[in-house]
Order: sequence, then structure tokens, then C-alpha cells
Amino acid sequence: MHELALSRAIVEAALRHAEGRRVTVVRVRVGALRQVVRESLRFNFEIVTRDTACDGARLELELIAAQLRCASCGRSWNPAPRPATEIGQLVTPPSFRCPECGAGDADVVGGQELEIESIDVEEGQCIARG
Amino acid sequence: MHRTRVKVSEGVLDANETIARDNRDDFERHGVTVINLMSAPGAGKTSLLERALEDLGDVRVGVLEGDVQGTLDADRLASLHLPVTQINTDPGFGGECHLDANMVRSALPEVPLDEVDLLVIENVGNLVCPAEFSVGEDSRVMVCSVAEGEDKPLKYPLMFRTCSLVLVNKIDLLPHLDYDLDLFLRNLDAVHPDVERMLVSARTGEGTEAWRKWLLRAAG
Repeated sequence: MHELALSRAIVEAALRHAEGRRVTVVRVRVGALRQVVRESLRFNFEIVTRDTACDGARLELELIAAQLRCASCGRSWNPAPRPATEIGQLVTPPSFRCPECGAGDADVVGGQELEIESIDVEEGQCIARG
Repeated sequence: MHRTRVKVSEGVLDANETIARDNRDDFERHGVTVINLMSAPGAGKTSLLERALEDLGDVRVGVLEGDVQGTLDADRLASLHLPVTQINTDPGFGGECHLDANMVRSALPEVPLDEVDLLVIENVGNLVCPAEFSVGEDSRVMVCSVAEGEDKPLKYPLMFRTCSLVLVNKIDLLPHLDYDLDLFLRNLDAVHPDVERMLVSARTGEGTEAWRKWLLRAAG
């Protein structure tokens, strides 16, 4: 349900960077730990972009796998080893405790991303005159 | 007409983070410690505040009360003779299911920051969205009641990972439920190992003394 608020933030940033030009593609990097339901994000994006310069723009989502590194022993692991399902949820109970030494203070190296990477915009106007 | 790719490289929540930093600067300037209190609807945030805020000694407390609609919770807390400021997300903010930095910012002129040491921001009841939006708080506390089931940390890991204290409320109900407290704590540890947790009952008062002391320490 946070996808509506996230869509608004994405569109707001895209419009700012588009500087009045029409936006055709918006690329967003989404970490697996952000609990973003991709279908819901797309659905909300479509609603939020209506009647803006992003209307009709394609939303391209790049899913970034979760990666943790143990602050004590340096071991790296994915806390949610099975791939996220199409609705973007963690399917196995994640483990944020180090499988090697049992320490609980892991650093999140990947999976927290929620970033607008780039947008495609149309330059100039195609005006056909008879 | 041609297409150009424009590099953005901007966090989706950067705009919120910027305002949250402004809030934090204001809080720091006034020497106010800020707690963001979150939970699902009905977990017992307001009741646990009533228990703890009744007597915080010399610590002056204020509450910023976030709700979609109405002043029911604010009215309850105002009866403790605390400065309570209501934010309704319904009229001005499209009925948002969470507080964000800007909503808190717009309410700050009504919060007597000079007259409080501790400000508790009671977020809108929701286990998803509030976890994403920093409001400029020093720490986040969440309430999860035993009536909600053992699986909640696994379903809402972002919320459980973002908190520095988890209050497990309504433990007076344990004899009447099939709830497996050990399983809940195992799930909690899988998602946020060793996070501080307290077993409490706002109804009977059991365990709430530790919560009161936690707030006192936070404000100190």
C-alpha cells in the first residue's frame, strides 16, 4: 500500500528532471528489502502519471537482490535466498543473523535501493506542416 | 523529435529525507528528543502512551498525534494535561496512511518545542508505509500486539527492522489465545536479531514500567 506514496515521489522527481519535456520511460532500481509490490507500483504509477508529462510513460523496474555482510566475521549472504515472487514478497523467512558466527549486526550491502536511475524524454516538438 | 536519456540517480524518498533533516535540525536546536511510535491499527499505541506518559517526572512531554481522521486519540492524551497536536492526514494530505516529513513539518508551528523535552509522534496505524518515511525522529518504537499473530515480523520485515524497540502488547490475552510467543520472538530475531523488546500489557500495566523507564532514558 506504500506504492501509491512511492509512485507519487517517483513521478514528482521524474517531472522535475524532465523540465517540461515529455517523459517516455522511467527507470527505477528497487531493492528486495523494500517490500515493493511491483504490480501495485505499476498500477499506481499509471494513475499518478495521468494528465502529467509522464502520462503513458513506461516504468522499468530493476530488482536488486538482498545482500548482507556480517560486521563481526565478514561473511556475506542473501537473507532471502529464494527469489522474490512476482508480487515482490519475501517467500522464505529471511535470516538477518549471520549463518557463520551467529552475530546479529549485519550491514545491508544490497537490497535497500529505491532509486530513480534515469528517465527518457522527448526533445523538441515534431510539428508537421502542410 | 528525438529521445534523450536523462541521468537522475536520485533516491525516491530523497525529497522526504531533506525535509526530515530540517525537522531534525529544529528538534536539535530546541533540545527535543523525538520518538516515532508505529504499529498496526488497534495494537495499543495510545493506551501504552497513557500508561507511560502519566508520570515521567521532570521530563516535559508533548505528543504529535497522526490520524487519518478525528481527534479521538488526541482527546484521550490531552486529558493527561500534555500539549497534544493533531495532524489529520484526511483534509490536507489526501487521507494518507502514514505521516511523512512534510506533514510533521507543517504541524511544527503548533508544537511548543520550547516547552517539551520529549516529543512522541504517534504515527497512523499501519505496518507498511510509516516504515518508509522518516519524519526527523531520533528513534523508532513499534507496538505489536499478541492478537496480531506470530508471523508479523516475516510479513513486515521493513517495519520490524527499522525499530530500536518492539513493545509486545496485550500479553494479558496470552492464556486465551493459541499465540506462540516463542515463535514470535524467533521470527523477530530472524528479521531483526537482538532488537530490544518488552512484553507489556497496557490493560493490566504489566511490563509498562520498563517502557516508562525506556522513555525516560531516551529523553535523558
